[in-house]
Amino acid sequence: MTMTEFAASHTPTREPILKARNLVKTFGRVVGLDGVSLDLYPGEVLAVIGDNGAGKSTLIKCLTGAEIPDTGELFVSGQQVHFKRPQDARVHGIETVYQNLAVSPALDVASNLFLGREERLPGLLGSVFRMLDTKGMRRKAKEELTRLGISTLQDVTVPVENLSGGQRQAVAVARAAAFGSKVVVLDEPTAALGVRESNQVLQLVRDLRDRGLPVILISHNMPHVFDVADRIHIQRLGKCAATITPQSHSMTDAVAIMTGAAKA
Amino acid sequence: MTQQQTAGPPSAGHADLAEEFLDRQTPLSRIRNLLHRYPALSPAIVLLIAVVVFGILNERFLRVENLSLITQQVAVVGTLAIAQTLIILTAGIDLSVGAVMILSSMVIAQLAVSNGVPGPLALVAGLAVGLAAGALNGFLVTRFRLPPFIVTLGTLNIFVALTLLYSGGSTVRGSAMPGVLTWLGSTFPIGPVRISTGVVMMLLLYVVVAFILGKTAWGRHVYAVGDDKEAARLAGIPVSRVLMSVYLAAGAVLAVGAWIQIGRTNAASPNAGVDLNLDSITAVVIGGTSLFGGRGSIWGSLLGALIVGVFRNGLSLAGLDVLYQTLAVGVLIIVAVSIDQWIRKVKS
Repeated sequence: MTMTEFAASHTPTREPILKARNLVKTFGRVVGLDGVSLDLYPGEVLAVIGDNGAGKSTLIKCLTGAEIPDTGELFVSGQQVHFKRPQDARVHGIETVYQNLAVSPALDVASNLFLGREERLPGLLGSVFRMLDTKGMRRKAKEELTRLGISTLQDVTVPVENLSGGQRQAVAVARAAAFGSKVVVLDEPTAALGVRESNQVLQLVRDLRDRGLPVILISHNMPHVFDVADRIHIQRLGKCAATITPQSHSMTDAVAIMTGAAKA
Repeated sequence: MTQQQTAGPPSAGHADLAEEFLDRQTPLSRIRNLLHRYPALSPAIVLLIAVVVFGILNERFLRVENLSLITQQVAVVGTLAIAQTLIILTAGIDLSVGAVMILSSMVIAQLAVSNGVPGPLALVAGLAVGLAAGALNGFLVTRFRLPPFIVTLGTLNIFVALTLLYSGGSTVRGSAMPGVLTWLGSTFPIGPVRISTGVVMMLLLYVVVAFILGKTAWGRHVYAVGDDKEAARLAGIPVSRVLMSVYLAAGAVLAVGAWIQIGRTNAASPNAGVDLNLDSITAVVIGGTSLFGGRGSIWGSLLGALIVGVFRNGLSLAGLDVLYQTLAVGVLIIVAVSIDQWIRKVKS
């Protein structure tokens, strides 16, 4: 029973939401990515791990439009795409939470959720006077937070800088996961957080997956990765060294593959 | 937790007990949070205290004519402060606002008087000058990624030189101009008070800009860009376009300032307004807008301009030397920036 379930959810015949093939990215003489492929299936958490300089960040930047790969192909829901800017990736439903959090500290939670996609009032007030629908956005922000199961943010009118690190991360994740996105990419979401706050964020990641939203998680933290990931993509020296699961390999194995001490 | 949260719905109460425990509020931190949330609050308090104190020191201070005079004296600086606020909110600074305003006023006056251009058309030309100056500043800031301080230090000199070259150093008197150019120098009575149209124009600009900053997406983007440029970019805000539009808007405001200046002085002089560049920054800073960007309110700048006007007027009525006025303004600036630093420490 469990075996069939496992097989059903990981059979390669299913169409990946995000598919990368042979991505190559060089910076002058430095090879950042050396032909990397990656598949992200619906409803899974795919962790990307690797040592510093292994090409994690470059891979993620190529997937999210922050860098343009030299060669290689990218598909979203089977359709080939060419991202030139982060905006392009966003249009295709790929939302990224960056390590430095990309939230505007002085703006409140609702404003941050809608930053860059503000909604205007209906009628003349909106079309002629360009007035924002502040109330509507606050209401929708609350709805989105409830829908995503984020309980730590009750008051959407609080400036983000008044929030704790975990709450800020929740705002950033909520913004990425809200408004019909297809893929959420989290870059080191727990790096700056304490134990309790890290657990909140990991729970958030699980909740997103349970709602069917696939997540790519970049992390240095092996316990966190093994805690939430369904599959683990190990980058080494610009290539994908292996793709493993927490069931098939131990943390020690993963580190060994990552550092080159063991072959996959 | 902020005050708002502890006072918020009961459901918020149990969520993070531990955190709330860590963030115990002192009366001082409450005040800080309040000032943090309403940046115009501290200048409002300062203005109120100043008015009361000067009113006690000299009974002439609170006379309607005197208060009306103060507003007229701050009309030009108050208008420049609008432009300055927009730019400072984006974490920039504009040292050229006064120079742009004077250049625009000279073009308006010269075209109307020497070239016989109809008044309204001359004003449109002045607007074009303001927009062109803003476009130059904005272009250099966004395209060449130069710090606004350096850009506007350079363009300050360029605009001053252009003004002198264009005008030949001579002043155009208001009596020679078409009526529409000096219209903002006229007054109209409301009851016993004579209100200057220039002041009304300035207030109108404040209302319009306050609306745009507070109620439109563009306004929110201005704050976001000043707050954290990279975060704004990653959130999908076209940062360069926002910056460019801010400099253009500032240029347009400065052109209106030129019109007010012509009315106020009943002349267009190439040598006027040397101090206005820094005075506008003073008003903005005293008004509680952070020089680091992303924080502040346009109304604070009006209050800041009024505070400077009230101090200058009040101290001179109290019989103190002009130098003490300058001294007082200097102290005010340092106090205002210190308060800003203190406020910014909220939950950093």
